[in-house]
Amino acid sequence: MMNADGGTSETLSLDALHASVGVRSGRKHVLSILVENKPGVLTRVAGLFTRRGFNIDTLAVGPTDDDAISRITLTVDGAVHPIDQVTKQLHKLVNVIKIRDLEPGESLARELALFKVNVAGPQRAEVMQICDIFRGKVVDVSKESVIFEVTGTTEKITAFDQMLKPFGLVEMMRTGEIAIARGRDET
Amino acid sequence: MRAVDAIMECLKAEGVEVVFGLPGGANLPTYDAFVDSEIKHILVRHEAGGGHAAEGYAKATGKVGVSFGTSGPGATNLVTPIVDAMMDSVPVVFMTGQIRSDLLGTDGFQEADTIGITMPGVKHSFMVTDAEEIPRTIHEAFYIARSGRPGPVVVDIPVDISRADIDYVPVTEVSLPGYQPNVEGNAKQIRQAAKALAAAKRPVLYVGGGVVLGNASEELRALASSDRFPVTSTLMGLGSFPSEGPQWLGMLGMHGTRTANYSMDQADLICAIGARFDDRITGKLDEFAPNAKFIHIDVDPAEISKNVPAHIPIVGDVKSVLPQLTSEYRALGADSARLDDWLAKIDAWKKEFPLGYSDTDDTEIRPQFMVEAVYQATGGNAIICSDVGQHQMWTAQYYHFPEPRRWINSGGLGTMGFGLPAAMGAKVGCPDQDVVLIAGDGSIQMNMQELAACSQEGIAVKVLIMNNGCLGMVRQWQELFWEKRYSHVDMGDYPDFVKLAEAYGATGIRLTDKTTLVDDIRAAIATPGPVVVDVRVTEEENVYPMISPGMPARDMVG
Ligand SMILES: Cc1ncc(C[n+]2csc(CCOP(=O)(O)OP(=O)(O)O)c2C)c(N)n1
Ligand SMILES: [Mg+2]
Repeated sequence: MMNADGGTSETLSLDALHASVGVRSGRKHVLSILVENKPGVLTRVAGLFTRRGFNIDTLAVGPTDDDAISRITLTVDGAVHPIDQVTKQLHKLVNVIKIRDLEPGESLARELALFKVNVAGPQRAEVMQICDIFRGKVVDVSKESVIFEVTGTTEKITAFDQMLKPFGLVEMMRTGEIAIARGRDET
Repeated sequence: MRAVDAIMECLKAEGVEVVFGLPGGANLPTYDAFVDSEIKHILVRHEAGGGHAAEGYAKATGKVGVSFGTSGPGATNLVTPIVDAMMDSVPVVFMTGQIRSDLLGTDGFQEADTIGITMPGVKHSFMVTDAEEIPRTIHEAFYIARSGRPGPVVVDIPVDISRADIDYVPVTEVSLPGYQPNVEGNAKQIRQAAKALAAAKRPVLYVGGGVVLGNASEELRALASSDRFPVTSTLMGLGSFPSEGPQWLGMLGMHGTRTANYSMDQADLICAIGARFDDRITGKLDEFAPNAKFIHIDVDPAEISKNVPAHIPIVGDVKSVLPQLTSEYRALGADSARLDDWLAKIDAWKKEFPLGYSDTDDTEIRPQFMVEAVYQATGGNAIICSDVGQHQMWTAQYYHFPEPRRWINSGGLGTMGFGLPAAMGAKVGCPDQDVVLIAGDGSIQMNMQELAACSQEGIAVKVLIMNNGCLGMVRQWQELFWEKRYSHVDMGDYPDFVKLAEAYGATGIRLTDKTTLVDDIRAAIATPGPVVVDVRVTEEENVYPMISPGMPARDMVG
């Protein structure tokens, strides 16, 4: 943008002009996107990312309280992509109604994950304890395996995953993050 | 009312005069409606021809072009014109037939996923699933195609849907919650831009196709003459500023003038107007205009800072932004003398590096000479179309376009075969103007079949084939960058274009003598009906000057 105030000063030095757009933020961005609930909308969004060489880290799609509108929440790495280019390209899609780049401090993000671990005997207690620390739930138990459910930020789920790895983790499922703005206003 | 008759009503309401297309099983109902409709339909011989004709019509008139095709192969044949229209921001509505709704997804006969295949190359697309939605959808398609940054819109209609009867109620308003093109530039930013222009000692106005699309040629000229701002243009912007006079730098970019490229290289402020910093303009991006700050005016926010970061971004329609910028600039009362040194420098470049070529002293026709002859024969008063290749670049360099919408070519996609159908569409849109196509001998063969449509409909296009016997532009690159290892660029002496023209019912002429060329071309253009002139030119001739790919602009060769 620019340094000099556009309203008052009458002269301007070209040296005072700075271009601040196009830079990489260096952090993860959570984009909350309202789209018209029409066939092919998700393909348009996903196709745009592929075509422009942008990478989607996580993606979650769901209904809103309005039948005609769906919400897509996706996370993008701002170290790799200029976020303003990503959002401007998204805005060009006719079915995209609104995009919000949720600031980490001003929003809450959650992801849900399911973990299947093959443990029996004394190790099982140990794993249960880890689950407790992460405020996870045991949702299924069999002779050889346990399934845990954990909710939290992406970072928390990644940390839980790291903890379980040594115990014979069979598989893990994650939903991708959804996020909501803090305060009284709509996201 | 039959849904297909409603389609005709909608087209009429949108002011459509002509549709270019070709029928098939999946759009039979729509074609039945043409029988009793006032809307003119021109039967093309290949859907790609119809698509490019709609583009040529749109580029020449500024109105929305319309192109129809059937499902499956009809639709896939339209893919090239659709993407071409996307790259050059041409407003065209493509309506395709689709197989019956109940067969969708079953690999039915002539089924192709038209929406899926075209998705990356459209401004927007619609699959109609309810016949009652047809009118609204068509109006939305036209609105999207023409507003904001124009572009192609596809409307795909399954044949059972178009066969239905509907309660037709004329649609007067469209509602697209996610689509609100921004047309008013931010006043504060515009004032800032005016101040930057006033502060600049070495400014350049860099204009692109957006000025033509936005019908802002007058507004650009007013800005340029509010001081003595030098002006350069992209291939697509040619004609928006008169291609003559002290402020004109010539085209910039890969085959632009040295003056234009050196001016960009040394400018302290570049005001980009409806231009998008394509790689053919910037050359090596890191070394592009290293001394400049950028004002970037564009109706598409995503263009701003996409390739080159803007210091003063202005999102808005050039037609409304430029007059504001001009009056803000005038109000500052900047001292024009600050530009003296810069203009003197530019003048010196112009004198030192004029465009030129070594002419022959016999009768052989140099390709550049041919373009100069066309300019003389038409007095600059024709709509000039071209295909893609060397002839296109020479036309851009040597034909001095005085006005916008007189230069119709495929810039972004560089589609060989664009020329003939585009010229056909331009002539249908502007019947009172001479429409001259400078074609390549390679390119013309990619859509030659439309000569039949021209003859049948009496569309009097004048086709001047710059016949160098080869795929000249590729030959040039093989000569310069692949050690003259020529691979599949020679086309021999085929076909005989004069006989071919005659077979299509057009007049065929061959020209080989430069001494009478201007008069011969004038006579050919004056010949009634479609005319094909096979102009034999020097084969081994290169387009210069040139920024070699990946090199900075200051290192031009030739
Ligand atoms: C459909 C398509 N295929 C291939 C190319 C690559 N190409 C660019 S210019 C060119 C040569 C065109 O030959 P011609 O039409 O004779 O023009 P000339 O360069 O000889 O003037 C080719 C093959 C293209 N632009 N478009
Ligand atoms: Mg050729």
